[in-house]
Amino acid sequence: MSVPTTASSGPVVRAEDVRVWYGTERGPVRAVDGVTFDLRPGEILGLVGESGCGKSTLGRGLLGLLPDGAKMDGALEFRGENLLTLSKRELAERRGVDLGMIFQEPLTRLNPLMRISEHFRETLRTHEPGLSKAEMDRRALDVLRRMGIPPTRYRSYPHEFSGGMRQRLMIALALVLRPAFVVADEPTTALDVLVEAQIIRILHDLRREFETSLLLITHNLGIVAEACDRVAVMYAGEIVEIGDARQVFSDPQHPYTRELLRSTISLSTTGLHYIPGAPPDLVEPPPACKFHPRCPDAMQVCATRWPAPVQLPAGSRAQCWAAEERNRLIRLTEDERRPLERRELSVADEA
Amino acid sequence: MPTKPEATATAVASDSLFDVEELEVHYDLRGGSLARLFGRDTGVVRAVDGVSFQLRRGEVLGLVGESGSGKTTLGRALLGLVRPTSGAVRYHAGQGPVDIATSSNRELRGLRRELQMVFQDPNAALNPSMDIETAVGHPLKIHGIAKGAELRHRVADALERVGLAPAERYMSKYPSDLSGGQKQRAVLARAVILGPELLVADEPISMLDMSVRAKILELMLGLKADLGLTYVYITHDLASAKFFCDRVAIMYLGRIVEIGPTDEIFASPKHPYTKALLAAIPEPDPERMVPRDLPRGEIPDAAKPPMGCHFHPRCPEAVAQCGWESRDLRVLLEEHWTRRDPAAYEREGDLVGSLDKLDTPAKEATLGTGSSAAEVHQLLDRIRGEDPSEPLWSGVEEVVEGPDGVSVRFKAGVDPALRQSDGVEVACIHHPVSVTLEPARGDG
Repeated sequence: MSVPTTASSGPVVRAEDVRVWYGTERGPVRAVDGVTFDLRPGEILGLVGESGCGKSTLGRGLLGLLPDGAKMDGALEFRGENLLTLSKRELAERRGVDLGMIFQEPLTRLNPLMRISEHFRETLRTHEPGLSKAEMDRRALDVLRRMGIPPTRYRSYPHEFSGGMRQRLMIALALVLRPAFVVADEPTTALDVLVEAQIIRILHDLRREFETSLLLITHNLGIVAEACDRVAVMYAGEIVEIGDARQVFSDPQHPYTRELLRSTISLSTTGLHYIPGAPPDLVEPPPACKFHPRCPDAMQVCATRWPAPVQLPAGSRAQCWAAEERNRLIRLTEDERRPLERRELSVADEA
Repeated sequence: MPTKPEATATAVASDSLFDVEELEVHYDLRGGSLARLFGRDTGVVRAVDGVSFQLRRGEVLGLVGESGSGKTTLGRALLGLVRPTSGAVRYHAGQGPVDIATSSNRELRGLRRELQMVFQDPNAALNPSMDIETAVGHPLKIHGIAKGAELRHRVADALERVGLAPAERYMSKYPSDLSGGQKQRAVLARAVILGPELLVADEPISMLDMSVRAKILELMLGLKADLGLTYVYITHDLASAKFFCDRVAIMYLGRIVEIGPTDEIFASPKHPYTKALLAAIPEPDPERMVPRDLPRGEIPDAAKPPMGCHFHPRCPEAVAQCGWESRDLRVLLEEHWTRRDPAAYEREGDLVGSLDKLDTPAKEATLGTGSSAAEVHQLLDRIRGEDPSEPLWSGVEEVVEGPDGVSVRFKAGVDPALRQSDGVEVACIHHPVSVTLEPARGDG
């Protein structure tokens, strides 16, 4: 898929070594552990991984929506400005206008006592004071129209809409402020397959209509393959592989990406595959490569030294010793290359 | 890694475990708190609306559809968990046939040993204050089958059978100590501990992480082979149904629209709804793109299903006889206005007047007033001109200007019944190709 970018336009979002941790009785939970990526204007980046890999925490962290008690560190730039040094108030001013969010459960985000028109007027009044009522309605109707919601429904209440319509409303409410960057967290999980496909198509077409950059968090690899330009695969708080979605899906470099693809049940599934074990406890994650206890390709080196993220000739970036060796970027010693004896995983040690 | 056991597909004996005939399950909306909640004062929801099929001993039958298609209600009716409004659910038990639809609660209680269910959410299916040993052994206790050491032994046996081994490690645990996959295993152990004939599994993997889904399906295939079970697999996920089922029934608004062998249906889907579902599944295939020709809208209100074929308002293959009616005209106008600017909408909206009168299903729809009739007529002609291929227009008999406005009269529609077509049964006017179009359940 082509991205409408010019060589001169810099990234909208640049995250470098971002970390998020929560304090617990047993010690800090490192939910996001050194994440680096950038997002270009109009680009859709898919963020995938099992539950508990830090996807949602990262998404919320990017918008400054972490709960009290969570700490964030690293560098996070939005159009060249470091968001992590802003005060709470300054950050709140940017949310909505510059940074948008689309949630999973649309009904819980809409006020049942307010008409759709009032939702839009409230949003616009808060973030863009000074607009006339007619101007607010014009803006709202325009974005609703693009989401396929007819103007006849403008004065309806949320309960009068179907599930798919409500999700369109949420997208419209986020886009009416024309944010440059939107995080969509599992936006289609509660929807049926036909409606899901409609919403994915809307998200895919956003950049053409609004030039919005999108971080699409999902557990569904099929959605990423169909709607995203690039994909980032998260495991235990780290991005273990990131690159062009087609490239990563047709030639995955990290064993976790490969096994995730293989364990997805799709129409072409003829045999069942799965990844043994479960994602690790993030208070005490495994040393070195965090995936090594579950990795079918694990070598001695994987349990002793942490693999740094490396740009691979294929274009993607991965952090995996086996991938580096395969691409002749390093030479491991005989000892380092010896297969790791895997601890027997019980059948039921699973997610 | 195990693959789908080919043997099951071919070795299935043709003797049936269940014969479901013209089953209807309606929920009354009249009076009662439901009516108040929905702001209606009359009506019935036809959750299951005339369904007939055979469930063969030892097969896996998939009930596939979107939410609101009636698949869960149908699954529950097989177990006697909902009372059918009419029709028969004949269960061929070891001691002779029983009609679940008319059985007393007492008879049903006895049958529960043979007919079990697994629910979607393992968190809700397990009592949080009951340890795994008590939960899994509960059925044995309720039916007075085992107690004491014997009970414990059978619980341990069931736990190991579902992969929760060693059993001692799990027996004293509480649901909150287990992962999602482990909980679903415990639920399966509880379902098979009585040695049932039939297991109705309602979305057993959809709440689980994708890395575990394959494992639970594999476990279910193993249990089926070991215990000689028959499965009804209820799902909205066609990909897992394709892998898991011997036959699938595609459901839409309380009816089966296509049923047949899995291989046949996936290789050449016939009903436009089946085709749409298959096209919409996001596949992790780098060469695929977002599909463009998706059916519009969503599954309609089951209390007021569309006239004619229930799928016609969303159907990309709809033709003149599919049952066009007043509500379709409302959707058409609303879609038209999403393409017009607000000023044009205001002008045209005033001209046409309130669309609410189109909400009552009718074969004739009146728009505008006597004085605006000519202009409304022109507007309709203009909309038609913008997209002459819109199938609704083929279903229009005539457009007449009258003293109350413009009347749009629709042609009579056909509500197609399930018919044999190339090895499957399908309810669509286009199938089988050779049959001449005849009203099956005419709605005039």
